[in-house]
Amino acid sequence: MPGAAATYDLGKLHGGLRLDARKSQATGLPIQSPPLPDQLVLPLEQHVGDPAQPLVGIGERVLKGQLLAESPGTLGAPVHASSSGKVVAIGPWPVAGRRGDTAPCIVIECDGDDQAVESWEEPIPYAELPGDTVLRKILQGGIVGLGGAVYPTAQKLMQAVSCDLDYIILNGAECEPYISCDDMLMRERAHDVVGGAQILLRALELDHAFIVVESDKPEAIQQLATAMTEVGDERLSLKQIPTIYPSGGEDQLVQLVTNREVPSGGLPTDIGCLVQNVGTAVAIHDWLNNREPLISRITTITGDGIANPMNVRARIGTTIDDIARFAGGYTKSARHLVIGGPMTGKSVSTDRVPLVKATNCILVMSDVPAAGPELPCIRCGDCAAVCPVRLLPQQLFWYACADDETQLRDHGLTDCIECGCCDLVCPSHIPLTYDFRMAKARIRELDDEKARAERARRRFEARNERLQREQREREVELARQKDQARKAGPDAIAEIMKRRRRDDGD
Amino acid sequence: MEFEHREAPHMAPTADVATMMQQVLLALVPAAVAHVWFFGPGLIFNLLIATAACVGGEALMMRLRGRPPVRALSDYSALVTAALLAFALPSLTPWWVTATGALFGIIVAKHLYGGLGFNIFNPAMAGYVVVLVAFPMHLNLWVAPRMGDIDYQFLSVLQTLTYTLTGSLPDALTYDEISRATPLDAMKSGLNDMRTTVEIRSLPIMGDFGGVGWEWIGNFIAIGGFWLMIRRVIRWHIPVGVGVGLLIPAGIMWLASPGTEPSPGFHMFSGAALMCAFFIATDPVSAAASPKGRLIYGAGIGFLIYAIRTWGADVDGVAFAVLMMNMAVPAIDRITRPRIVGHRRDAGAP
Repeated sequence: MPGAAATYDLGKLHGGLRLDARKSQATGLPIQSPPLPDQLVLPLEQHVGDPAQPLVGIGERVLKGQLLAESPGTLGAPVHASSSGKVVAIGPWPVAGRRGDTAPCIVIECDGDDQAVESWEEPIPYAELPGDTVLRKILQGGIVGLGGAVYPTAQKLMQAVSCDLDYIILNGAECEPYISCDDMLMRERAHDVVGGAQILLRALELDHAFIVVESDKPEAIQQLATAMTEVGDERLSLKQIPTIYPSGGEDQLVQLVTNREVPSGGLPTDIGCLVQNVGTAVAIHDWLNNREPLISRITTITGDGIANPMNVRARIGTTIDDIARFAGGYTKSARHLVIGGPMTGKSVSTDRVPLVKATNCILVMSDVPAAGPELPCIRCGDCAAVCPVRLLPQQLFWYACADDETQLRDHGLTDCIECGCCDLVCPSHIPLTYDFRMAKARIRELDDEKARAERARRRFEARNERLQREQREREVELARQKDQARKAGPDAIAEIMKRRRRDDGD
Repeated sequence: MEFEHREAPHMAPTADVATMMQQVLLALVPAAVAHVWFFGPGLIFNLLIATAACVGGEALMMRLRGRPPVRALSDYSALVTAALLAFALPSLTPWWVTATGALFGIIVAKHLYGGLGFNIFNPAMAGYVVVLVAFPMHLNLWVAPRMGDIDYQFLSVLQTLTYTLTGSLPDALTYDEISRATPLDAMKSGLNDMRTTVEIRSLPIMGDFGGVGWEWIGNFIAIGGFWLMIRRVIRWHIPVGVGVGLLIPAGIMWLASPGTEPSPGFHMFSGAALMCAFFIATDPVSAAASPKGRLIYGAGIGFLIYAIRTWGADVDGVAFAVLMMNMAVPAIDRITRPRIVGHRRDAGAP
């Protein structure tokens, strides 16, 4: 019943690319479950915000689902044990992180029993609870955005509550090549996607949710359409969008679905939309219904460097080498390991990095065809033609080379979403995305420096002002006392002098 | 296992400067064949000389700038410059004229400005203008196209080669015997002599729209240009801009006074207008960057071609039109910056 998913053509995305999807190599098999690993490595920072602080010590036995670490700040997510076992180490471990190549992790030696904690309550009757109670329950599940941005879901929802929202948009676009974990999830668990959408509607007390899927996933669309017909919830609708990268970017998806543009520097909630990945919706569903916190996720392990590409549902903390072994091991040509998709993923040098909440794809590639030497920009403008944000990458590149901060800002460097489209079409093979990332980092540094200088300046001025004020007050007080003494006459002055002498004598 | 690091995106690039330039050269082949058919083998000699000068000049300049010459030569851009210059020159052109234009284009217009990507002016047009000013007599010597007349004296391959190498005609021939006015020349001088366009169009050198031979070369240029558009080597904005900029004023004037104004079709199919629209103005380096900017840039060139042909001293005006609009590019880029998604329309503009 694919006809149920109408193709809406409300918004139009500027640019973008039709990429060779290469997804089918991993979608031949149903989602596989690798065996429990001997060891789990759980980074304390698997989310945007403050790293979680460990609540357990080395040598302690932990159970599956047990809370291991909690974020102290206002933004963060807890980390749960993905299986039962003994904590053997808490310390740095290689990761595919945003801030560096190693990060503090809790290492668990699994005992193989997979014994779960019993403390979790019964399924939460979210349909009967008020929205804010549901939100508080979601908070405990350790759920973060599973599309890759890993923003703590509960906080995202809580921030959204205060906004004037119209729609919830469930992102099932999955526009990057190779990745098919959301596709497989929607095929196999369409009912739970729908259930997750209903929970979100309940939590935010809204009436419209769109489930948005790219047109190259007919099976997923069919399953969702069937599930939605069975559930018969009129608040939900299914939208099919054209297969153009990067239509799955949050702002780009909002633009496609609603024809509204997220203001520069703003969030989709500013224009009435809340976007959640379909995987996140299922994670919320699993947490509230099955009382399972986020201790596993579906990930695609694929590429010509892996023997049997597939989708696996693996425990968070499983190291990549374990998953690769399950997928038949590496082929002889394996040369690069990318965590994430081929457009935005991060290349890592070792497969000892763990699967984290953000890992939607493990891409093992042979040699990427050499791009040839970098040539000067010939201003062909192809980069501007494909930029989904309508930037002029060739101008930005010019200013990035010149380190011209004013022009970089003026030309919207901070609006760049680093999708990599410009890079791919550049006939001069200029690593534009990398250059822009570096330029952004420099601008951030400058901003920090400016902020520090500004704080120092304000402190200095405040101190000067305080000193001057005190000086003025002292002078006024002195003048007042003098005046008073003069008015009191010579006897009083003599009295004061005498008292002062006596004070000095003591 | 250990892996090699690389930066995202992890996919092979879809385009390549050398491939683009090769496609431009390939797209010129039909027009070149037509040119040789109608005007004799001179174009081939001009191409060879221009290529030798461009490649030599580029290698020399790269060496002087302390860079490996291979890197510049392997992008084929010097060959495109050579081809465009050769097409602009009459089929009978002494080698030093061709070489001067080619060397000026590559050395001064391209490398003194920083090489590929940094030149403000289209190198081929800059080179052409220099020889137009330096050797005006040679650049006005066009042979007649092959058009079925029996009394016309065609030069043989050997005679053409001799002229190219020595600049002198065979003893028995004079310039007057082999040179003919180009359609644009004939139109301009005819109108100056107070003849009507109908009279001028009835000359034997005139074809359906432009001149005999010229318009066929124009057809093949357009075919090559459309192929480049399909291959996405060039986009439609500049060709359409040039067409609109040239045809609209030409059309208005022609409708107002058909007896004294040549038709838009004549303008389009004469001289280098089509060559300019598809191959010269579309040089990305010296053109405006954004789609809107390219429409303006192209329209400016089209209008200037019309203006120079109608009111100027130069007969064709393509080279000057292109160079003038090259100068306007920074301003065009500034006023045509697209609105960034998520910004208000007034924001982001200068």
